[in-house]
Amino acid sequence: MGVTLPGVDAVVIGVGWTGSILARELTKAGLKVVGLERGPRRTPGEDFTIPTIRDDLKYAVRQELFQDTQMETVTLRHAGAETALPIRRLGAFLPGTGVGGAGAHWNGMTWRLLPSDHNLRTHLTQRYGARAIPDEMSIADYPVSYAELEPYYDRFEKICGVSGKAGNLRGTIIDGGNVFEGPRSDEYPNPPLEQSVAGATFQAAASGLGYHPFPAPSSNASRVYTNPEGLTMGACVYCGHCERFGCETNAKASPGVSILPTLMADPKFELRTNAYVKDLVYDKVAHKVKSVRYVDTRSGEEYEQPAGLVVLGAYVFTNNLLLLYSGIGEPYDPATGKGVVGKNYCYQTGAAAVTVFFEDKEINPFMASGAQGVLIDDFNGDNFDHAGLGFFGGAWIQAGPTNGRPILTRPVPAGTPRWGRGWKQATAKWYNHAFSIVGSCCNYAHRDNYLDLDPTYRDALGRPLIRMTYNFKENDYKVAEYVTAVLGRIGRAMNPTLINTPPYRRGNFSIIPYQSTHNTGGTIMGADPKSSVVNRYLQSWDADNLFVVGASVFPQNQSYNPTGAVGALAYWAANAITSQYLKNPGPLVPA
Amino acid sequence: MADDVIPRRKFLLGAGVAAAATGLNPPSPVPAQVPAPTDAPPAIAVRRAEPEAPPLTLNPTEAAFMTAAVDTLIPADNLTPSGSACGVAAFIDRQLAGAYGGGARLYRDGPFLKGKPEHGYQLALTPREYFRAGIAATNDWTRKIYGKDFDRLSEAERETAMKALEQGKAEFPGFSSKDFFEALLALTMEGFFADPIYGGNREMAAWKMVGYPGLPATYHDDIKAYFNKKYDRPPQSIADFT
Repeated sequence: MGVTLPGVDAVVIGVGWTGSILARELTKAGLKVVGLERGPRRTPGEDFTIPTIRDDLKYAVRQELFQDTQMETVTLRHAGAETALPIRRLGAFLPGTGVGGAGAHWNGMTWRLLPSDHNLRTHLTQRYGARAIPDEMSIADYPVSYAELEPYYDRFEKICGVSGKAGNLRGTIIDGGNVFEGPRSDEYPNPPLEQSVAGATFQAAASGLGYHPFPAPSSNASRVYTNPEGLTMGACVYCGHCERFGCETNAKASPGVSILPTLMADPKFELRTNAYVKDLVYDKVAHKVKSVRYVDTRSGEEYEQPAGLVVLGAYVFTNNLLLLYSGIGEPYDPATGKGVVGKNYCYQTGAAAVTVFFEDKEINPFMASGAQGVLIDDFNGDNFDHAGLGFFGGAWIQAGPTNGRPILTRPVPAGTPRWGRGWKQATAKWYNHAFSIVGSCCNYAHRDNYLDLDPTYRDALGRPLIRMTYNFKENDYKVAEYVTAVLGRIGRAMNPTLINTPPYRRGNFSIIPYQSTHNTGGTIMGADPKSSVVNRYLQSWDADNLFVVGASVFPQNQSYNPTGAVGALAYWAANAITSQYLKNPGPLVPA
Repeated sequence: MADDVIPRRKFLLGAGVAAAATGLNPPSPVPAQVPAPTDAPPAIAVRRAEPEAPPLTLNPTEAAFMTAAVDTLIPADNLTPSGSACGVAAFIDRQLAGAYGGGARLYRDGPFLKGKPEHGYQLALTPREYFRAGIAATNDWTRKIYGKDFDRLSEAERETAMKALEQGKAEFPGFSSKDFFEALLALTMEGFFADPIYGGNREMAAWKMVGYPGLPATYHDDIKAYFNKKYDRPPQSIADFT
């Protein structure tokens, strides 16, 4: 059963952002590294070219770059007593597959967490009292502080060529940047992108209300830029095809643009695509992973790849699945609160978007980058006083189109029919004269929301699918209601011709409409093995040669798009491996 | 039913030829009862050099339904020709005949249980077979209510029937007419607004209607030059670059 291959120094599972970062840092340290990627090999120069990369039907609607549910999907139930059903067609979230992972088709929003996001439980307890956090809200501190992670945020921003404006440079607050952010050691590597009419309108209204607008921190380069790997990004052309597409000008940072050309040229790295990882061979006594087993989907052949070090750098769901398949770590049990794998799975709540219509403005929504908006952070995290509000957390709020691709983006005033002559007239009239104001809310962990193995449904290899027991909770509804009211306030301050202010509807999490691909948790980082899967260096408590990297280590989901923190934590872990672990292999934190 | 004297296949071919000859959208099976103001020729014309190609997968009854359905959802008016004249029915036929219609990227392992609405599509049917069932159920229902298949109804009757589907009030045997309507509407809008290489959005009629410029979508300088100004360049499709 299977072919056992000669051993290598390290295996990286998944060649997206985290796998690429770890493979690059480990080969630099002299290790021979094999990268296993379940999907195909894609390169920007071959696969993301004009004219076909502008095919909205193929990429945005038919989901060309996303995980194929026929190979693997997720099941959902809203509560533990229900039977989970499979997500048969992707909708709410769009995990990637193939070289580059979701890092090929993201929008490029690149955030640092707030200092108070890093020590969330401690911070809220200190400010609001020991009893303020409800028992069922299983939020936790990151076991790494903002100050500790700052150099790694900076590193990742420079790899990505982030365009933006600092709001806190070494403690000096700078108007026009995000004044709520933690102190930065350096300015963003590139200046902000060009502003849109929507962004300018939002900025004026938000400033008038006393808020603090700033340009989105964007991994869409505002000018030609060469990153510390020596790789050059093009300047963004505002094509309106970021999210769900690859970038043909190499202006959007991605593993394929920002790291892989250097990594692939290093003979110490070997990329194996169509390598579908089945499980890890775990020696529980030795506290080590011995090897990684995978199926070559081109032949059906199974291989066992022994390795001295294993980096689990797949998407959130696969990181959880491979630990569960391999018997590494105790599965979480919501009834007892014991166990850790699958715990604190989080997603994202969206406020009800407000749409504003202006007869006298030409919005040109098709001239846009994926992260070109203007935002405020006045209602994010604990940037505002939560005393008496009955909830914790908040949202970033922004306006600024990401695209005008008309299959999916056609704003019309409330009450417009969805088809027929009335729909046509309204669509033609308003297409170029409207934009939305949106809020991306946090999702704080709840003891009833978790991941485990589905008892019924199977993937293409015959393994159980991951099962999501998940629903929005009272805190989520209250955050979204609060933020929805703020969106309406800002929209009305713009004096639009018309405004859609739909009420926030409390309801079950639905897999149908796209919300965000910001799934987090399940293999969370923490201070001890009773409450977490990995330590502060992302090292497994159960196998010291296993590092789990990605948003699956977030103890809860902030409102911020996760990639900035994912990249920073990847460099943080890589540094711990190369500067500490390789010299003295063993637990980096005593259990 | 006198209408049925003309076999559907002949009707469809005839419609295509008529459209080719006049450059306008094909006539409805019965004289259209259209409000006068919107009966003016569309500002965005669609010239069609060749007759409609035969459907790849839809049978004559289904093709007639689809033509009538997309013309109800996207009627001809001063903005564009009808949905079918813009190629939307042909687009849907090709989509259902291809990978999407065959169930690409659709997890189809059982058991197939009835879910909540938030679980989305939970049936074993491929989109092709789902549309086969939905079209048959719609025609069964309109025959019960109006004595005719959907495509033989007057425009006003088709609008009323489509609203009944949209509201889930059309009685389908054991499945939801609203769900079928949502699938039909989504596919119709995809056909109307997708790049013309897929057979719909002929001559970029839908892009012209809203002012979407299509390709190449490189606005490094235009984003400044056209700040708060209407973009005035004619659209281009993928085919214009190959």
